[in-house]
Amino acid sequence: MTDPIHDTVIRILAEQAVLEPRDVSPEQTLTDLGIDSLGLVECIFAIEETFDISVPFNANDPAQSQFDISSVAAIIGAVKTLMADQNGA
Amino acid sequence: MKRVVITGAGTINALGHSVPATLAAMREGQCGIGPLELRDVERLSIRIGGQVHGYDPETAFNRQQIALYDRFTQFTLLAAHEAIAQSGLEFDGELAARAGVVLGTAGGGVQTWDENYRAVYEDGKNRVHPFVVPKLMNNAAASHVSIQYNLKGPSFTVATACASSNHAMGQAFMMVRCGMAPAMVTGGSESMLCFGGVKAWEGLRVMSRDACRPFSLGRNGMVQGEGAGIFVFEEYEHARARGAEILAEVAGFAMTSDASDIVMPSKQGAARAIAGAMRDAGVNPDEVGYINAHGTGTLANDKTECAAVADVFGHHADDLMISSTKSMHGHLIGGTGAVELLACIMALRDGVIAPTIGYEEPDPECALDVVPNVARDAKVGVVLSNAFAFGGLNAVLALRGV
Repeated sequence: MTDPIHDTVIRILAEQAVLEPRDVSPEQTLTDLGIDSLGLVECIFAIEETFDISVPFNANDPAQSQFDISSVAAIIGAVKTLMADQNGA
Repeated sequence: MKRVVITGAGTINALGHSVPATLAAMREGQCGIGPLELRDVERLSIRIGGQVHGYDPETAFNRQQIALYDRFTQFTLLAAHEAIAQSGLEFDGELAARAGVVLGTAGGGVQTWDENYRAVYEDGKNRVHPFVVPKLMNNAAASHVSIQYNLKGPSFTVATACASSNHAMGQAFMMVRCGMAPAMVTGGSESMLCFGGVKAWEGLRVMSRDACRPFSLGRNGMVQGEGAGIFVFEEYEHARARGAEILAEVAGFAMTSDASDIVMPSKQGAARAIAGAMRDAGVNPDEVGYINAHGTGTLANDKTECAAVADVFGHHADDLMISSTKSMHGHLIGGTGAVELLACIMALRDGVIAPTIGYEEPDPECALDVVPNVARDAKVGVVLSNAFAFGGLNAVLALRGV
């Protein structure tokens, strides 16, 4: 079963990490992917533009940002939550 | 080499429209940061800043001047007027021929860019005012100071992001010290609190939505400010010969480059600049009583800066005071070091150390005496002013009491 949100987030992260999407798996962390804080800010920008959502994220305090970035799966889940909240989807 | 002293100071910023008003606000630990009042603010996610309020350009300048002066130039001219008046210098003859003006700004006429992009892109206009280019150019402020005060020597503008005014003042210092100019007007100015200027910073995700709390645990970023700080740097014997009041001596300056990351600060780059400024001034680390920190309130800057200070000063790091006045006036970007130099002068002359306000809880990674929330009386003989820019360009000034 295809999950377009899942696939798109993976594609965004893979592009940032300069990896093939098939080499990105849900349990990986951003550190595993070699994405640093600046790379993360770029990913969040791409997510906001792609899904037309606003991601509450402050690079000074990622833990308090209410956007879980602890793993690829967590990011996908957080994007889905934001889409449901903000687009009423 | 000649000694260099400061014989005039001027400012306009969120804390006050003059040096006395600004120093009084710093002494009281007042906060100049508040809700932004600007067009389309409802489309911003960051809605606070250290804006200059109670200022009407029409009372300070005529219509022809306003057509030529971006807000950053207006601020510069107001601050320059205060500084040059205090110095008592009249620039004519040989003095005028050799004296110049070196200023820092990161963005120059950002308000003018913003208004005119809006006119041609959003409003669909096909024509802009004829003076848009001379109004927005980064050297406009320096040129208008030169024109207004007859400064005919070396004049230019330095743009090194958040270190611009420290780099500019460092240049002016070196010119006076080597005998190239008997006096220089120097400092910096910034005015990017407009929709485009704030929107650009939002993108980086390092801005706070509520307050600038440098060194405090749980700090959540920087807050933009605006304004100008302008000084007259003068050769010591020249100042003494005419009986000028001396505010402080500029004793040393150093600049370094991280050569590593475009936005992440480097402990080594900062430490080399701090140590270099002390070496240039010929002072020992244990003589330094106060450091005006870069202290932006971001997670990365503040812990890196504290680590650099700890490295350079060793045990003495626990004895000196370090505060960030950005908590009160916001981050003036290219003008910030100039306004912050006022806190250094206050420390040397008045024995008052400006506080770091908004401080809530100690951060183990910033375990220094950050003068939390309340100004302190203390006698200090040597102070430093740090500026560490995006792009990894660092500039530190050392001042001594006279």
